[in-house]
Amino acid sequence: MTDALLVIDGLTKRFGGVTASDGIDLAVPAGELHAIIGPNGAGKTTLIGELTGEITPDAGRIHFAGHDITALPVHARSRLGLARSFQITSLFNDFTALDNVALAVQAHSGHSFQFWRDARKDAALREPARGTLARVGLAGRENVIVASMSHGEHRQLEIAMALATRPRMLLLDEPMAGMGPEESVRMIALLRELKRDLTILLIEHDMDAVFALADRISVLVYGRVIASGEPAAIRANAEVRKAYLGEQDGQRDGDA
Amino acid sequence: MLLVLEQCLNGLQFGLLLFLLAAGLTLIFGIMDLVNLAHGSLYMIGAYFAATFVAWTGNFIAGAVLALGATLLVGMLLEVIAIRPLYGRDHLDHVLGTFGLVLFFNELVRMVWGPAGLRVPLPDWLNTSVPVLPGLAYPTYRIAIIVTALAVAVGLYVLVMRTRLGMLIRAGASNREMAGALGVNIKLLYTLVFGLGAALAGLAGLMQAPILTVQIGMGENILILAFVVIIIGGIGSIRGAFIAAILVGLLDTIGRAFLPDLLRMMMTSRGAATVAPALSSMMIYLVMAIVLVVRPQGLFPVTTK
Amino acid sequence: MTAWLTPRNVVVAALLVFLALVPVYSALTANTFLMTLFTRIVILAMAATSLNLILGYGGMVSFGHAVYLGIGGYAIGILAHEGIGSGFIQWPVAIAASALFALGVGALSLRTRGLYFIMITLAFAQLVYYFGVGLDRYGADDGLNIYRRSQFVDPINLSNRTQFYYWCFVLLVASIYLTWRIVNSRFGLVIQGARSNDRRMQAIGFPTYRYRLICFVIAGTMCGLAGALLANHTEFVSPAMMHWTRSGDLIVMVVLGGMASTFGPLIGAVTLLVLEETLPILIKLVATPFAGAAASRAAEYWQIVLGPLFLLVVLFARGGINGLLESMRRD
Repeated sequence: MTDALLVIDGLTKRFGGVTASDGIDLAVPAGELHAIIGPNGAGKTTLIGELTGEITPDAGRIHFAGHDITALPVHARSRLGLARSFQITSLFNDFTALDNVALAVQAHSGHSFQFWRDARKDAALREPARGTLARVGLAGRENVIVASMSHGEHRQLEIAMALATRPRMLLLDEPMAGMGPEESVRMIALLRELKRDLTILLIEHDMDAVFALADRISVLVYGRVIASGEPAAIRANAEVRKAYLGEQDGQRDGDA
Repeated sequence: MLLVLEQCLNGLQFGLLLFLLAAGLTLIFGIMDLVNLAHGSLYMIGAYFAATFVAWTGNFIAGAVLALGATLLVGMLLEVIAIRPLYGRDHLDHVLGTFGLVLFFNELVRMVWGPAGLRVPLPDWLNTSVPVLPGLAYPTYRIAIIVTALAVAVGLYVLVMRTRLGMLIRAGASNREMAGALGVNIKLLYTLVFGLGAALAGLAGLMQAPILTVQIGMGENILILAFVVIIIGGIGSIRGAFIAAILVGLLDTIGRAFLPDLLRMMMTSRGAATVAPALSSMMIYLVMAIVLVVRPQGLFPVTTK
Repeated sequence: MTAWLTPRNVVVAALLVFLALVPVYSALTANTFLMTLFTRIVILAMAATSLNLILGYGGMVSFGHAVYLGIGGYAIGILAHEGIGSGFIQWPVAIAASALFALGVGALSLRTRGLYFIMITLAFAQLVYYFGVGLDRYGADDGLNIYRRSQFVDPINLSNRTQFYYWCFVLLVASIYLTWRIVNSRFGLVIQGARSNDRRMQAIGFPTYRYRLICFVIAGTMCGLAGALLANHTEFVSPAMMHWTRSGDLIVMVVLGGMASTFGPLIGAVTLLVLEETLPILIKLVATPFAGAAASRAAEYWQIVLGPLFLLVVLFARGGINGLLESMRRD
């Protein structure tokens, strides 16, 4: 698929005796929200690691927006427009929400070899940051220190950080992790809205979210994509039910 | 040739001493994830205790045993009072906090034993030499050090690999939370491990005491070498510490002994005499710097959770 | 206006005023010791400020920072020894040498993290120390005397103690101000972000290595300049200036005063060095009537509380003295 924004080709990674990625093939066209589901230990974390650049695959290639990014360092991928959110919240805890997002804006506003002017008074950084915070629903919480925020707000901030870098594609790693029902509904609404302008690869355990949002779903089991297609097809797929959907009833947390 | 052999033995002896220090350091880091700058202070305390107890009892062995026991006690006390609050914190906090302890111990020693260095005389029966090879008489005491250190190394191996305590240590090292969840008394385990490390450091100190002058700050100089050893060997790996310690000991000793001659062949005698000691001291750090840049996880890295 | 009247600001202002007036007091009481002591304090405060940039704000724990005091100092010493007494040559050399060395060491060291970084800075510190010890031509272990301070053009005369003190004071204030500006700039926020969460920084697109490296060079250069000042002050340089325990002293100043705060290093340097000089005398004076000989001993060994105090600061008062002063604001 030449017009696919993200193309994963034969991605393989072994850790000692464990094959975490076993020849993964996947293509995500621009504008799609593609969900990846799978039982614990399926290799979802490894996949995200390989996509973001924190883990080097043993074999295979990753193409993004026409570039081969397989060997590209983490920060360079962000610069190309591939942004991520973390499964376990990873923010600048001693800084305010606005500081956090403004830094993300700063990363994509030219170089930062400026040593004199006060960056906190730079409207070119602060205004877009404020806008992004409002977009994820954190308007009014700009000056709160991250460490004092609730878990749900952290998850919102994670999305804001990714958004602030003006990406073409979002890699969301279990954005709903640890959220209560009300917060989950809000997050689904937010993601539905983001879907309109961005391509999204969504890793999630929350089946309500997945089936509400996904254009297509891929199922990862033991490092392999055992099924990939539209939500209805996946739901009906016997192999998938056996391997995953059955055991997911009532379960919510866990890591890949 | 015999000279080379003698220096090799010296290098081996020094290396084994370094191993004792490094083993404790790497154990504590591997299991408690604690960087302990005060490890050198325990080495120093062991030497000072030895000086006191040997003089007090008039008997070298008795003095040594008492010194070992005293250092073990000090180590465990230190763990309970000052080290416990540091667990789980940033490594920076460990470095800073234990640096404070280094300052404390240096002052304490100065207060109790005075600023001047001490000497620990060897008893006559140890102050002899043994013909190791025809033409090479090697000091008995140094042989005793080699034998003792090797015995301890074997003992450590048996402890870690074959006993219940060792199993707990290995379990704690590879997965801290799991071990705690399984009901292992982590607090007690940590105190024991720290005590073991302290005892090893103290042993190294008291054995080294008759060879060097016992003085304030002796811990810091050798501590850096111990860190070099565990970095080259791989943090958390006792086997790595052993091999790296021997390597470092040999490299350092032989370097100091033969580098002047080597350099003399290449430059003026005066130049060689100047540069050589500095260069041989620098060599170890050069090696460490190279290892850190090329293979930072060391020769035998240990994977932990 | 009253918003500025916080306990911390009052203390800092008083301190700065005091420091500015030291030569006046010294002249009035004909007490040169005070000025000598405070010249040293001011210079080391500048060194501590430079360390705070990488340690406090950047999270890079360097046990090799005192090396730059040595490099700057030896630049002055060696050039003076070789007959080049002009400050216009000596000082740029001191600065350039420090910058280059920091670039080299930083380029290698900053590829490592955490404990490995600490150890490698220690290794480099020892390397330079032993190299200095081996410098036979320039005094080796015994050190090198500097018979004439750096020469500039009239009216600049560094041999005039009062004038020299004010030059040091001006440079200290400039360093503090420069550090403050850097830390709040775009560059500074990258450095702070990298300290807070490097993984996150990479994820949003910052190649943190190069920023850290430049920060390291700036800090090393600033400390090199302090070294040049120190050499002029003591008219003597020796490898001991570069020993890793001297770096430890600087670390104590920064942590005690307050990491990642504008005036923390100054507060720490003043506190530590003033205590060092005055506490023994004070203890003797105050306690002798009551405790006699024991007071004498106590005065001599007061440093023993420094270690545990430092540990306590690390555990419970991470913000150091500056942090304690700031926390008084809320009352």
